Amino acid sequence: MKNFSGKVLFLDRSDINTDEIIPAKYLTEISKEALKPYLLEDLKMEEFTPGKDIAGKAVVVTRANFGCGSSREHAPWALEVNGINLVIGESFARIFRQNMFNCGMMAVELPAETIDQLFTRYAGGQTTIETDLQKGLFRVSDGETTTQIPFEISEFDRALVDAGGWVGFADKKY
Amino acid sequence: MGKTIAEKIFDAHLVDRPAGDIHVIRMDAVFCHEITTPVAINDLVSRGKDRVFDPDKIKAVIDHVTPAKDSKTALQGKILRDWARRHQIKDFFDIGQNGVCHALFPEKGFVRPGYTVIMGDSHTCTHGAFGAFAAGVGTTDLEVGILKGVCAFHYPVTMKIEVKGRLPQGVFAKDVILAVIGTIGVNGATNKVIEFCGEVVDRMTMEERMTLCNMAVEAGATCGICKPDMTTVDYLWPFIQDEFADKTTAMNAYEVFCPDADAEYDAVIEQDVSDLKPMTTFGYKPDNVKPVAEMKGTKIDQVYIGSCTNGRIEDLRIAAAVLQDQQIAPTVRGIVSPATPQIYAQALGEGLLKVFMDAGFCVTNPTCGACLGMSNGVLAEGEVCAATTNRNFNGRMGKGGIVHLVSPATAAASAIAGHIDNSKLFKG
Repeated sequence: MKNFSGKVLFLDRSDINTDEIIPAKYLTEISKEALKPYLLEDLKMEEFTPGKDIAGKAVVVTRANFGCGSSREHAPWALEVNGINLVIGESFARIFRQNMFNCGMMAVELPAETIDQLFTRYAGGQTTIETDLQKGLFRVSDGETTTQIPFEISEFDRALVDAGGWVGFADKKY
Repeated sequence: MGKTIAEKIFDAHLVDRPAGDIHVIRMDAVFCHEITTPVAINDLVSRGKDRVFDPDKIKAVIDHVTPAKDSKTALQGKILRDWARRHQIKDFFDIGQNGVCHALFPEKGFVRPGYTVIMGDSHTCTHGAFGAFAAGVGTTDLEVGILKGVCAFHYPVTMKIEVKGRLPQGVFAKDVILAVIGTIGVNGATNKVIEFCGEVVDRMTMEERMTLCNMAVEAGATCGICKPDMTTVDYLWPFIQDEFADKTTAMNAYEVFCPDADAEYDAVIEQDVSDLKPMTTFGYKPDNVKPVAEMKGTKIDQVYIGSCTNGRIEDLRIAAAVLQDQQIAPTVRGIVSPATPQIYAQALGEGLLKVFMDAGFCVTNPTCGACLGMSNGVLAEGEVCAATTNRNFNGRMGKGGIVHLVSPATAAASAIAGHIDNSKLFKG
């Protein structure tokens, strides 16, 4: 199972599309590792410097409709090779969300108010999220305060995370 | 309780329900192109599972960057080509026969009412125009599709969009779908299927319905679907005439994939288009739409006519009619990319390509190229393009470039004007 805990990258915008996550010109790469330097290169957001802001992060917290647009699985792959296996948001585009779980990664939805509170309380600081998959709990901490946030993923999504993705799951079953 | 089109298709293809409302369904067709398939192929090889579930149900094309522009794209093409050959995939389309997948595969008759289709490409929703459930998926779903012929989805929730009224002169399917996206937003149909219906859709040709369904994903939809009717049967007739005694028999068979009168919809939206104006986008999201008239005067550097949205013969005819005996502005680079070789040959035969060339356009071979900034018309920083494509995302046609999505008519008129404009065409 992949790692779902670590430092948080806050992306305070809705509708971040997969062209922004990984521009099409890099889709000529056939190794996932080659995508590493280009994650979020075209992200249209003030006060965001891709290389500097991404370094060392393991979790993304964002707003609504993350991953809309192109079906490219290069988007989860670019996150994965940068050590990010968990995206928490208000909502996700269908294909992106499925691609995440298909890769044994997680895209977890939280209510808009909870996301709002996370941004208000924790954005800008040295925030970490520790994921307890058994209890369905995120422990969010900036070193001073810790907030416990419950989350749910479906039985099917959990099976994909456990199987390391859809290929492993489907190959056994079908 | 009645069923929607997507519900009927799911029920007819169910393989397993592993958990909750997840439906693993059987695939009638798995489409592949050279950008998202090679990683799946390499992964299957590395797992010792280099197999395909059915070579006749897999269709493959090199379309995104063709002819190859560099060593990397040449390798992507080679991986797909070698794989198609070693698995005897007879419907594989390479240089000379290749074109934009969502224009090429319908033209070959590969999609039928009631079919299930996946492809590692978000605009796979285009094929819903035939009354099929067609969804864009990622490489992992594609990989399992290739190996097992199945894919997992939540049971479909359907939104009905009824397009009413009568389209004014100079207003097209592209303007309708831009208006719809403007109404419901880029997140408006996420995790839903859009059933397009109503008198305007009933009157549309298959090409227009494909334009409509093509951009369903820009509102987040899993698929856009139009019910099959005689227009569908007429289009498919060359491919199905051996299966049915006559067109009425064919229609009767497809009737089972029409929605029930008492089908339940998550939402019903009525869009009256009688007063619709030609539309364009601004900004970086496909729901940032406004009438072309309000954007008049926006200077453009390039006009691109092509793509899976608007690169078909009817689109080229409409654009050529505008360009006839006209010259595009000297400050504008005009690029037209007929979406398939058949469309190219047809446009050549009808004299359309000469009209484009006489007007100052460059005619490229069929490819996706410029639409996603991979080849054949990438923009420089700060440049502006009026395009008949489907996405105006930041950097979509090249880093720092700006895209305004328009109909072929508006694209052609804007090329002549040198800025976004179609006031000569549309007297609204």
